[in-house]
Parts: sequence; structure tokens; C-alpha cells
Amino acid sequence: MNLSTLNPWILTLTTFLPALGALLIAFLPRRDRDIRWFALAISVITLLISLHLPVHYREVAPTNSGTFAYEQNLQWITSPNIHYHIGIDGISLWLVVLTTFLVPFCVLASWKSIHDRVKEFFILLLLLETAMIGVFIALDLFLFYFFWEATLIPMALIIGIFGHQRRVYAAVKFFLYTMIASVFMLAAIIWLYAQSNTFDFVELQHLIATGAIHMPGHTTLWLFLGFFVAFAVKVPLFPLHTWLPDAHVEAPTAGSVLLAGVLLKMGTYGLLRFNIGLFPVEAHKNAPWIMTLAIIGIVYGALVALVQPNMKKLVAYSSVSHLGFVVLGLYSFTRAGMDGAVFQMLNHGISTGALFLLLGVVYDRRHTYEIKEYGGLATPMPMYATLFLLITLSSIGLPLMNGFVGEFLILSGAFQAKAVYGIVAASGVIWSAFYMLWLYQRTFYGKITNPVNATLPDVDLRERSILWPLAVLALVMGVFPTLWMNSIDASVAGILGTQHGVPAAPALQVKVNTVLK
Amino acid sequence: MPTATDYIRILPEIVLSVWGMIIMFIEPILPAGRSRKGLGIFAAVGAIAAIAATIYQARPEFAGSGFNGMLRVDHFSVFFHLVVLLVTLATILMSLDYLPFQKIDRGEYYALILLGAVGMCLMSSAVELVLIFIALEISSISSYILAGFRRHAAESAESSLKYFLLGSFATAFFLYGVALLYGATGSTNVFDIARTLGTSPHIEPLAYVAVALIFTGLGFKVACAPFHVWTPDVYEGAPSPVVAFMSTAPKAASFAVLIRLVIDTASPHWFWVIWTAAVLSMCVGNLGAILQSNVKRMLAYSSIAHAGYLMVAFASASNRELGISAAMFYSAAYAAMNVGAFAIITQMAGAGERYSQIDDYSGLGKRSPVLAAALTFFLLSLIGIPITGGFFAKFYVFSAALRTHLIWLTVIGVANSGMGSYYYLRLIVRMYMFEPRTEEPAPRVRLGMGLAISICLIATLWLGVLPNVVLHYTQGAPTIFFTR
Repeated sequence: MNLSTLNPWILTLTTFLPALGALLIAFLPRRDRDIRWFALAISVITLLISLHLPVHYREVAPTNSGTFAYEQNLQWITSPNIHYHIGIDGISLWLVVLTTFLVPFCVLASWKSIHDRVKEFFILLLLLETAMIGVFIALDLFLFYFFWEATLIPMALIIGIFGHQRRVYAAVKFFLYTMIASVFMLAAIIWLYAQSNTFDFVELQHLIATGAIHMPGHTTLWLFLGFFVAFAVKVPLFPLHTWLPDAHVEAPTAGSVLLAGVLLKMGTYGLLRFNIGLFPVEAHKNAPWIMTLAIIGIVYGALVALVQPNMKKLVAYSSVSHLGFVVLGLYSFTRAGMDGAVFQMLNHGISTGALFLLLGVVYDRRHTYEIKEYGGLATPMPMYATLFLLITLSSIGLPLMNGFVGEFLILSGAFQAKAVYGIVAASGVIWSAFYMLWLYQRTFYGKITNPVNATLPDVDLRERSILWPLAVLALVMGVFPTLWMNSIDASVAGILGTQHGVPAAPALQVKVNTVLK
Repeated sequence: MPTATDYIRILPEIVLSVWGMIIMFIEPILPAGRSRKGLGIFAAVGAIAAIAATIYQARPEFAGSGFNGMLRVDHFSVFFHLVVLLVTLATILMSLDYLPFQKIDRGEYYALILLGAVGMCLMSSAVELVLIFIALEISSISSYILAGFRRHAAESAESSLKYFLLGSFATAFFLYGVALLYGATGSTNVFDIARTLGTSPHIEPLAYVAVALIFTGLGFKVACAPFHVWTPDVYEGAPSPVVAFMSTAPKAASFAVLIRLVIDTASPHWFWVIWTAAVLSMCVGNLGAILQSNVKRMLAYSSIAHAGYLMVAFASASNRELGISAAMFYSAAYAAMNVGAFAIITQMAGAGERYSQIDDYSGLGKRSPVLAAALTFFLLSLIGIPITGGFFAKFYVFSAALRTHLIWLTVIGVANSGMGSYYYLRLIVRMYMFEPRTEEPAPRVRLGMGLAISICLIATLWLGVLPNVVLHYTQGAPTIFFTR
């Protein structure tokens, strides 16, 4: 059978298969073992189907910017004019695959640690997967907002029901921060619709670029900010980050992995697709302060991570720092910086996802994240120590590991934009090596300070099958980044170069030309 | 002389009245102590018959004015008939086992609900102020009695008395306004009034006073601020299924009247009144709800806030098509989700409605996963989270407001809807993230209740995912205004 006949439906299938699985689980009897296997099967099948996307991407890759691959555009509601319009480019392609890739590991990681209300957990996890994929493929602003808000409830419930001691506080804080920020995006979306009678991303991009939508005074700025607030909270960008450490620390392992691995990427993806895609001029005008906030986030996140006594909180703050790099790269408006930013989104998904999975391994054994409880773990758990080291090196961006590629490109982009951004941001790399290696030293080296740790079992088969693929992938992405970079670069060039056949804003165009020369 | 077509134009009302009177005749014949469930089922059949009558009535050959221009059958009236009748049906179904459980199993309950529905249906089709007043009275009086139906409970009597005193006061305002409007324009027909006010170069000051009085009367019925103060007390004391009924059906009907009046009589003069009422209702409702510890009081404040969102749709009625259609859609979505939420409160209430504190819902997710999931769904819809009708309704209202350049109203509304999410969320948090206070499983869901909850669930989901059919219908409605 020729698989390309699937093309129009492949995205829909990938998106809604997990939701279908969740629906079926709801009707399964409460036999925890069956439900786990069923959830695993669904998530693995989804992964396999989604692999169709990158494998055949080259054949269907959009030739000019503003068009998308695997596109599907059906009328959903006639008035208001809402379409089920989905499609991906070289950027969302990898974010979809990242999502489908991480979920099976989350299922495996929750195999034993979730033992109460197993049915509810896997229903929520699979619903979350559908919503997350939907966010990355939606090309209709209404549809996008639909999926965006839909991620909120399953995640809040996963934190609130299955999390640790202060789970309720963390869940409510997470919910309120995101909810309140996103209603401003909703207002901006509706405003655009009221002016243009369309929610279609491609059409809107065209209409805004040609000036067909009348925007008096500072309207563009307000619209830009409406979107920006919603995404900045999700990223999270510096002063809006306070929900993140709570949510991460309290969430169960699978929740943290998806939160760090995918949900934060929804923010940076939005900043790229919508803030830069719809309002390139405004984005460019506002780049200085956004980059400044990103750099503050890089340094601040790293410094706060340094002093954390709690491993999970340390990794959470390191996310603030890493995501600062991504935003910096995006708003450097250079090809290198933006390529690096997109690549770094994937890296962060892999390496931080893996770090949370690693922390889950010791938490399952000791039920604590306090660093001082550990020490000398390399002796009883050598395999675990090896894996942890690999992921640590990936996270701090050692050459040959994936983090290096991303950070290098971002920093070179930042230098091109303005040297001082590059210089300050580069210090973040040093800080990240500092806190991660220090964490490693305190946890794994030296004598066993706590006798309980002496008899800890090393990673078992299930845990190894979670951790090795991620570690290997981190290495492969560091050595052969071009496998990913080709499609990313083409789409980034499209976003930077032209906006739907119309030359980009003059200021932007000049910038792009200087970079390309 | 009324023609046969005229009688078809009030067919649903006739069906409901006949059914209600039959119940009143049978009730005294039945021996005391005998279950009244049969009467309840009979009443449910009556509601279904009335729905069938409405669908029959919706055929194009019956559209138009009847009884010398006293009432009109059009998309608009049919739509509100259906909302009211579906709420009636769901209320009757959820009462079937509630009444005997609370030891207030009496047949006139069902008769009162059906007769109340007569008034509400009539309100949505009447275009004559005197008829509107009579319909309003029919619906109100049955609501007063129903609010006090848990006779041996003091809070229910308090609820009924408060509602009655304040309600009759509000109706008097309305009647006074009608009289003055007649004095100012020389007619009680909505269309004639509209034409007089619309064409005469200067408008009598009397007309302004009249409009203000009418707005006060109807504002009370829809519970919008600043006429909302009765709501929490009345909702707290009244039997839960009755609250489900009176927080949605009379509200929808009163909004129907308000829409006809606002659109057809001098709407520019109403604008700032409605704008202010919308902002006040949203803020008062949402802020008040945060402070409540009783679920019924919380939902009472939430209903004030939702009246505010509906007012936003009104304020944008200068764009006729969108404003009216948004208000209609919102009424339907609100009815579905609110009746659903109250159905579960009814189910949880326990003897004498003991369990209506937020604390009583702790750990419901463990005690009864299905009930908890259903209530969560309704609450998410009230917050306005996607795939629910509440989301689409809110979205549609705000897009109508932005279409008519009501930027500040939208910003206030959107901020309120963010703020409002907090207290609904608190109940969800209680259900899933707290340990149950007792280990006993929640009371079993009987067939009637199950049907009521299913109707609401399906309606809420349907309005959220495939709103096309309903939207089409509501968008057809505004064209009928001014075309007599």
C-alpha cells in the first residue's frame, strides 16, 4: 500500500489516536496492569504513526514559506468562520515527533510510581498528548486556542492528583497563571477575527503583512503583547516564571517530563509561530527588551539553580535558564540564532526530560529529592551514574552532545545581533556547567554518606529501556544535527525571508540580508 | 376571530396547561402516602409533548403574528421555547427521586413546574406588553411557591418569602413602566412602540423613565447587578432541582423579553444602562462567588456573573445579527451547563439538603468517579474551557462585542472570566485533590437523574464541539425583528 495516500489524514490520526485511546480506557475495567499495557500500546502506535511525518517530509516539504506540509483544511463552523486547518512545517514537525516520542517513556516511568487511580492517570496523560500535538499542528487561531486551553486541565489534574505534598497549591498556581495569561491571547485572537473575518493563520499573516487589516495607533503592539503574555508565562520568561519550580517539584515524574519537555515548548513555539509570524515588525521592534529578559532569565535561572538543596528544583530552575537561551535565539532575528533556538527546544525536551526521568528513578527508591540525602551513588548504581553523566553533559552543552549545537548557534546568533547579549549569555553556559557538575559531584562521588543508599538497586530493565534511548539520541543529535537541521533551517529561512510572498518588513529584510551575506 | 393557525401558535402552552391541570385534578384523588412518581413521569411526558408541539409549530407556515398581534412565532420564540422546555424536562426528571427522598412528594410540584413553563414560553413569544406582564406573573408565581416547597425547612420558607416580596416589588416596577410607556407612545404593542420611538424626532422624557422601570423589573428576574441581592439567599434555601429550574428557564425567558424590547424599542438609549449592568454583574458575581463556602450560594453568584456575560452580548446588539445570536447561544449553553451542575448538587444533597458545603465535595473523585467527572465537565464549561458549550458561548459573546468595538467591555469580561475560573477550580480541587470526609460511596444515581445529567452532558458537549446547527438557527433569528 502506498503510504502517501495517508498524507492528508496522517496528522489527524496522530493527534486523535491518543484521545481515542483515552476514551477506550474509560470503558476498560479497573485492572491496572491491563490499563498500563493498553496505554503503552496506544502511545507506541502513535509514535510509530508520527514517524511517518519526518520520513516522508522531504517529499511533501513546502516549497515556499507560508505553506505547510500534510495540510488539511475543512470547514468546522461556518459562522464564525472557523476551520479545522492543520499542517506542519520543518519546525512543528519535530515538536510533534518530540511529543509522541516522550509520551511512551512517560507511560513507562509511571509504571510503578503511579499505583492509585491508575485509570484516571492514563486517561489524562493520553488526553494531554492529543492536546499537545494539536497545539503544534493547528493553523487556525481558534483551533490553536482550543488545543492550547485543552492542555491546561489534564496537566493541572496530573499535578494536583498524582503529585507530591504541596500538589494542590502547585496545580492551582499553574492553572491560574496560564489561564489568566491566555485569556489575553483570546482577546487578541478575537480582535483579529473581528477585523478580518478569518482565523486562518496563513490568511491573517498575509492580511497583516499587506496592511489589509486596519490597525490604528498602537493596536499592533497591544495584539503582540496579548499573544506575548500568554506565551511568556508558558515558556516561562523571567519575571513570569514563578509557577514553574512549584509545578515541577510537585508533579509526578511523567508530569514533569511533559511539562519541561513539551508544554514549555508550546510557549517558545507560540513566540515563534504567532508573535514573529504574525507581527514581524512589532517583534523586531520589541526584540531588545525581550532579549534582555531572556538573558536575565538565563543568568538568574542558573544562579538560583546553583543554590537549590532540592534536585528537582535545581533542574526546574535550569529550565528557566535553558528556555532563556531559546527566546534569546528566536529574538536575535538571525538565521543561526533561530535555527539554534528551534534545535535547542528539541534538546531541552530530550535532556531535561531525561533528567526528570533520572530523578524519578532515585525518587522511586528513596522518596526524596534532597541532595544531602544522597552521595556516593556511583558505587551502588554504576549504570545509573553513567547515564546521569551522559545526560548531564548533554544538558551543559559539551561538544559532541546535542546541547552544544543548540547553544553554539544561539550564541553566535546573539553575537550577530549585539555583542553584549552574546557575552552575557555565554556566561550562562559556564554557570550551567557549574551547577550540573556540582550536583553530579555531590550525588555520585565521594563516600556513601547515608547508609540507606549503600544497598540501592541499580536501574532495572524497564528503567534502562527508558534512559538509554534518550542518552543515545542526545549523542546522535550532537553528532548528526543535520538530520534535524535541514528541515528546520528551511522553515526558519522562510519565516525570516518573506512573509507569504510579500517582502518582510524593511527593517527585517535588511537584517536578514546582512546575515545571509 | 382567532384562526386555527392562531391556536397552533400557542400549542405548546396549551399542551403544558392541560397537562398541568390534569395533574392538579389527579393529585387530590390519589391517597396520601402513595408515591407520586407516576405523576412525575406523566409530567415528563407532557414536557416532551410540548417539545413536539414546538417542533411542529416551527414549520414555516405557522410563522408570524397571532391573536391580532399579541404574540409571534418565529425562530426566536421557537428557540427559547426549546430551551425552556428542555430545562423543564430535565428538572422533572431529576425531581422524580428527589421529592420522595426529601419527604415532599406532592403532585402539585410537577403541575407548578409545567404551569411556570407556560408563562416562560409565553414570555418568549409575546410582543404585547400586557401579555408579557401576564406571562411574567404566571412564571413568577409558580417560582415563588416552588422556592418554598421544602416546607418544613426554615431556610426554604425564608427563600420563598424573600423571593416573593422582592419579586412582586420588581413586577410592580415593570408594570409601572408598561403603563408609562403606554402613556408616552399610545400603544402596548412592542412594534408600534418601536416605530413611534424610532420615528419621532424627540422622545418624551416619560419614555426614558418607563424604560428604566421596565429594565429594573426585568433586571431583577435575570438577576443582574445591581438587582441581584436576592439571588444567593433564595438559591441557598430553595430545593436544588427548583434552583436548577429557576436559575435558567425564567432567566432565559426574561432575556428573551429584554431582547425584544431592547432591539425593538430605541436601543441606543439602553446602551449605557446595559453596559453598566454588564460590568457590575460580572464583577459582583465573580468577586462574590470567591468568598462562598456553600456550593449553591457560589453558583448563585456565578449565575449573576453569567447574566453579566449575557449582558455583554446585549450591549453589542447594535450589530443585530451577532449580538442577538450570541445572546441566544449563551442562554442555551448556560442552561445546559447550569442545570447539569445543579443536577449533581441535587444528587449529592442528602436528606434535608445537608451536604451543600464545598467541604462536602472533598474526595468525590474517589467516592464516585462518574459524578465527579460530570460535575468537573460542567464546571469547566462554566469557566469556559474548550470542547464545552460554555467556551464557545463565551467566545461568541466576546467576538460579538469586539465586532461592535466594545474593547473595554471585552477586556473587563475577559479579565473576569480569568478571575472567575478560580472558584470553579476550587470545587474541582476539592473533588480530586482532597481526601473524602466519609468513606461511604455517593448515593446511587437513579434512572431519572441519570437521564437528566445525560441530557445536560450531551447538550453541553454538542454546543461546544458541533455548534453549527444551533448557530445557524440563532443567526436566522435576528432577521425577523422589525419585519412584521
